[in-house]
Amino acid sequence: MVRVISRRLIQLVATVVALMTLVFFWLRSLPGGPVDALLGERATPQTRELLTRALGYDQPIWVQYGRFLKNVVTGNFGNSIRTGEPVTEVIGRAFPATIELAIAAIIIAIGLGIPLGYLAAKHRGRLLDNATIIVTLVGISIPIFFLGYLLKDWLTQDIHLFPPSGRISTGLGNTDVTGFFVLDGLLTRELDASADALWHLVLPAFTLATIPLAIIIRITRASVLDVLDEDYIRTADAKGLRHATVRKRHVLRNALLPVVTTIGLQTGALLAGAVLTEKVYNWGGLGTLITDSISGGRDYPVLQALILLAAIVFIVVNLAVDLSYAFIDPRVRVK
Amino acid sequence: MPLLDVRDLSVVFQRRGTRPVAAVDGVSFTVEPGQTVGLVGESGCGKSVTSLAIMGLLPRRGNTVTGEVRFEDTDLLKLRPAELRDRRGRDIGMIFQDPLSSLNPVIPLGLQVAEVLERHQGRTRREALREARGLLDAVGIPDPSRRLKEFPHQLSGGMRQRALIAIALACKPRLLIADEPTTALDVTIQAQILTLLKELVDNSGTALVMITHDLGVVAGLCDTVNVLYAGKVVERAGRHHLFAAPRHPYTDGLLQSVPRLDADRGGRLHQIRGSVSDNIPWSEGCAFAPRCDRVIDDCIGETVPLLGGALRCTNPVPKGVRV
Repeated sequence: MVRVISRRLIQLVATVVALMTLVFFWLRSLPGGPVDALLGERATPQTRELLTRALGYDQPIWVQYGRFLKNVVTGNFGNSIRTGEPVTEVIGRAFPATIELAIAAIIIAIGLGIPLGYLAAKHRGRLLDNATIIVTLVGISIPIFFLGYLLKDWLTQDIHLFPPSGRISTGLGNTDVTGFFVLDGLLTRELDASADALWHLVLPAFTLATIPLAIIIRITRASVLDVLDEDYIRTADAKGLRHATVRKRHVLRNALLPVVTTIGLQTGALLAGAVLTEKVYNWGGLGTLITDSISGGRDYPVLQALILLAAIVFIVVNLAVDLSYAFIDPRVRVK
Repeated sequence: MPLLDVRDLSVVFQRRGTRPVAAVDGVSFTVEPGQTVGLVGESGCGKSVTSLAIMGLLPRRGNTVTGEVRFEDTDLLKLRPAELRDRRGRDIGMIFQDPLSSLNPVIPLGLQVAEVLERHQGRTRREALREARGLLDAVGIPDPSRRLKEFPHQLSGGMRQRALIAIALACKPRLLIADEPTTALDVTIQAQILTLLKELVDNSGTALVMITHDLGVVAGLCDTVNVLYAGKVVERAGRHHLFAAPRHPYTDGLLQSVPRLDADRGGRLHQIRGSVSDNIPWSEGCAFAPRCDRVIDDCIGETVPLLGGALRCTNPVPKGVRV
């Protein structure tokens, strides 16, 4: 097991280095750049040159690249070009917001997706099953930004059920412990702040959850149907086991394998979806940061760090998925 | 009174938009306590469907089961699903064809044996596992304590089938149904498993319904044999009788198809021409007629009855013809 994990960690490093190289050159090959963005079109050549030199962009590109790699290794991502703050601080502020949102979304997707998928399979071909198929098709097809604005319009404007935007009401939750507002409220015993943050979380999390939810329902349904046809389920029935035992012990565990894989793959979609969701609900997480960093000044240091972070999150989640495989399925356990 | 009395059992499969197919078409047979009864026939003759219908293990949709399956005083077909679950595994055990796919890949073997004891004998997990160890030992699995914690993929094919036998016999059922239990195994292992089954059945007085296409298995094990063709019993006889003097041309054909050591080495192996799908509906005569060497005009026209409850043939093989 240790060997597998260490091998995967080495793969992780290799992947990250390759990705960083790609991102570094890709960002710089785009037309325009921080200098244009900061100074505008009417800047004099002199000011342009001064700023270029100040930012170090007059150096040959491989020198810049070498310096960038050195910085990454030492954990120094430089300062944001836009605000001058250290990149780690900028990201550190936005990171918990996105993780909080993503975790809430994945909890919704798994918590609803697996039971619904199971029910659909159980009622195969009947009303509930057909309804589920249609609803999941809609769920997969509706773009997040459209659904987001639709829900927002309806549930926050027409009926004032949820707050329209932000992570918490002003004046609440002033103590920042972890940056996860729901958790902070619990830690500092400001339960009203916790509840308020949770209330803010409902709509964005649901919006973000729709696509993974629909996919998890579909995969669970298909997987349960497959397992129900297996010989060992017939054996379990031949033993006279109670229906509930067959279901819990024999069907679900086997049916979960493909679902777990899907959950891992969906984290990527979740990160992408967060960009849109955060925009709709003015969430102020990594998604907001990434759009602002591209449109408002080509903030190379922030962008590079963000993409690195996203890649690491994706790889780590998938590593966790692979490890959980070994936990669920003894056949993939390594001796 | 027979232990199991199957009367006029029919299973009709129908999917939307297709013609209904009678996989089992009015099958009747009985099993006395402690007796071993064979159901023999080619693939598709309805023998497995018969066993699944007895156990109530057919899919709930897409089929209609009619007739009676009397187990002692109860018609199993009339029981509610929950009542049937109380009896399956306790009164009737079943073992299946493919031991690998019939065991759950993600559950340790010990629990797969123990859970049936927990369910029907009210054992705690600890007691059930202790008993499971004894059961594995009894079916000849070496080092049972270690095997309890292992998973099916870590066992050999023969051991898996032994484990399935241990599961099926865990609650000392009065009837065991074995659906081609040796088909997926090596020939040497087949013999071991059959010997084991015979031993266990003899020692415990469990009745056995042996479903097979292998006449060798029948010869070694069964007291009475029912030969099935296209969903109907075509011949029923005691083992010795059947092998010495088969009356139905189909049975005769099956027996002649067994390769013999004393036959000419260059000679062709015997075969029954055509395949199971080359049949006519029983309502229009004998389903076997299109493949039969002894077919006469009388074979076509109307359903051939099971004469004397033992032979469904208009022109049977004369007695004493075969050596």
